[in-house]
Amino acid sequence: MLPRVPLYFDPQPTVDRRVIRLSIQARQALAKLTLPVLIGLAFGLMLLGKADTLLAERARMALADALAPIYATLAPPVAALRDTIGGATGLWDIRAENARLRDENEQLRQWQSIALALDAENGRLKANLRWIPDAAPTYVTARVVADAGGVYAKAVLLSVGPNHAIRKGQIALDERGLVGRITELGARTARVLLITDLNSRIPVILENSRAHAILVGTNGPRPRLLYWPEGSTPLEGERVVTSAEAGAFPANLPVGTVHFSSAKVPEVVPAALLERLEVVRIFDYGLAGIVSPDALARLPERRDR
Amino acid sequence: MARSDQTPGIRPRATLGRRLDIAARHAFPAGCTVVLMLLAGAPFGIADQAALLPAVTLAGVYFWSLHRPAAMPPPVVFVIGVLFDLLGYLPLGVGVLSLLIVHGVALRWRSALMRQGFLLGWLAFGGVAVGAALLGWVLTALLSFRLLPVGPALFQAVLTIALYPALVVVFVRAHRTIADPELA
Repeated sequence: MLPRVPLYFDPQPTVDRRVIRLSIQARQALAKLTLPVLIGLAFGLMLLGKADTLLAERARMALADALAPIYATLAPPVAALRDTIGGATGLWDIRAENARLRDENEQLRQWQSIALALDAENGRLKANLRWIPDAAPTYVTARVVADAGGVYAKAVLLSVGPNHAIRKGQIALDERGLVGRITELGARTARVLLITDLNSRIPVILENSRAHAILVGTNGPRPRLLYWPEGSTPLEGERVVTSAEAGAFPANLPVGTVHFSSAKVPEVVPAALLERLEVVRIFDYGLAGIVSPDALARLPERRDR
Repeated sequence: MARSDQTPGIRPRATLGRRLDIAARHAFPAGCTVVLMLLAGAPFGIADQAALLPAVTLAGVYFWSLHRPAAMPPPVVFVIGVLFDLLGYLPLGVGVLSLLIVHGVALRWRSALMRQGFLLGWLAFGGVAVGAALLGWVLTALLSFRLLPVGPALFQAVLTIALYPALVVVFVRAHRTIADPELA
């Protein structure tokens, strides 16, 4: 009786070789063709991505939805480790840090009294003017789970829970200032394009001169100021806030302060800590100034609310 | 040459456990590359962490295409490329094309590089990394119709080259042990 073994010298006969019987030459030719065909497919994929941008976006957010829980569970131990290292290095200059904080606290106390006085005066003046107050915006707080920028963009991924009411174009702020806007939405995640991204354009006001300008992201840490009116050049240290122009942002959200680069270009040092975002608040100001094309399709249902 | 070819003969069909073991060893190169890619996106809070993804992806695809091409065939490279595009927020197809080209280059250089030491291999990988970064930069700029800063692409190339030796230490160890189907 013959043993049930294939009679060629292959210790591990794989399934496909026995199902599709190809000659060795044909198999080699096929193997040589795979790479060129796949390279052709890669070009096809580029065209597809260009023709249907939503497809790539959906695939990306589906993947982000799947990965967000994993990254969220990874975050606490990583943060704990980072805090331990930070705490250990912080012990070295604890005295100097303490002195600095004492000074800063003193200054802030003075500012606080000024702010309280101004707030009271502002309230009185508004009462005299019969000022219509802005509606208090609603907001939700979300945790930043990952960097979502890649090499050529600046963005972060938020974990927002399954039944969120977040829409594209809503504004993200951290505790200090403007972070960016929601550009892509998944079932459980949202992507925020930061104000430093190359594609970010934000209408702003220079606080001293009340001059309008556009804040242009460069992918660097400091976005640039452009198109300010003649005669009102930005000043070093001047505060920059958002402008309500075009209805994309509410007025007077803190963006940052002006800083002239070594090449004498006015840049803005963002108020928000964009390098280490942990939690951001997403505000719904009910604005519909500039929205992406696919968000427009959902506009009527938004008016019903 | 496979060890079984050196001692030809008729053997019984492998058991299920052994076949599973062989399959796992075959899947190791692609699997570890994907795991490294996913890890590169974890929130470590390192500045410019985005360059980590191309660094580990290129190193994985290049090393395994060079040393174990049977376990890193073009279709697998294609799938890893799609994942690379999605995770790295690149225009669709850019990562796929660069990885396939890296794979092709590794196969072409295989016979020459196998006889060389590590330093020359690293040098060759340096060329591949710079080429891949520039190709990615050109294609991304073309597909988004705008001039992008070159800085991130250069940083990506430098980080890729710098990380390669550390990854190779792990890869070589795996190549000789858990990724070797002969040891199943």
